[in-house]
Amino acid sequence: MHLVSHEVPLVWYLLLSAVLFCLGVVGFLIKRNLITVFMSIELMLNAVNLSFVTFAHQWHEVKGQIFVFFVMVVAAAEAAVGLAIIIAVFRARSTLAVDRIDLMKL
Amino acid sequence: MHLILFIIFAALCLTGAVNLLFQKQPINSALSLIVVMTSLAVLYLLLGAEFLAAAQVIVYAGAIMVLFTLVVMLLNAGREERTLGSRAAHTVGFPAVAAILAVIATSFIKLQGFGDARMDDHITSTADLSAVLFTKLLLPFEVTSVLILVAILGSVALARKGDAEGREPK
Repeated sequence: MHLVSHEVPLVWYLLLSAVLFCLGVVGFLIKRNLITVFMSIELMLNAVNLSFVTFAHQWHEVKGQIFVFFVMVVAAAEAAVGLAIIIAVFRARSTLAVDRIDLMKL
Repeated sequence: MHLILFIIFAALCLTGAVNLLFQKQPINSALSLIVVMTSLAVLYLLLGAEFLAAAQVIVYAGAIMVLFTLVVMLLNAGREERTLGSRAAHTVGFPAVAAILAVIATSFIKLQGFGDARMDDHITSTADLSAVLFTKLLLPFEVTSVLILVAILGSVALARKGDAEGREPK
């Protein structure tokens, strides 16, 4: 099957990843629920992974893809620990609203 | 063919990400994030990264998002209330996002020798990937197992009942 062809400029992929990253940042800023804030972080990680894969494709280099592999491993570990922290916070304060989790606020 | 697939799945990615922002229920946000991750897997396949496409579906759309939906249901997270958010987010955050987007986009477009780079038929097979991963990068690969072990212990320690000193609840 010939999925790969010569039509799409690679810079489109990079622009897509830039837009996805910025949507992740906006989500981080406007979301008011701890879990969805965390999801926005995952969205940012995914956007960066896309540009890694694009550059790896451009330079025919395996290392970019291996970096994505390690990012996935770290993201999995980070998701497990982060969600455990969210559960602990919910148990202590009975809320997920970031406005009411303000113990460390100045 | 490639162009059509790219447009379809790039559009799915963007609508999923925008939908994540506008949904009020966390479970809907989680489901739209799954859409984003699955369509990213198709884009990886278009870029010739077979293994990563499979890993994206299994690890991200599978394992990580199942964890997210599980926690959403476990904590019974309902509608999030819309508050105004902090002033800092409005005065500094959004201009900063626009600036980041502008800087990244222009630097990508102006990238030396990249401006009109096109796709070719290069495919990185799983064998190519593992040849590097299990020879040159064997040590980092093994160290990640320690990382995962620490993450397991950390999440168990954090999520269990009991106070900070580790005493069991009465």
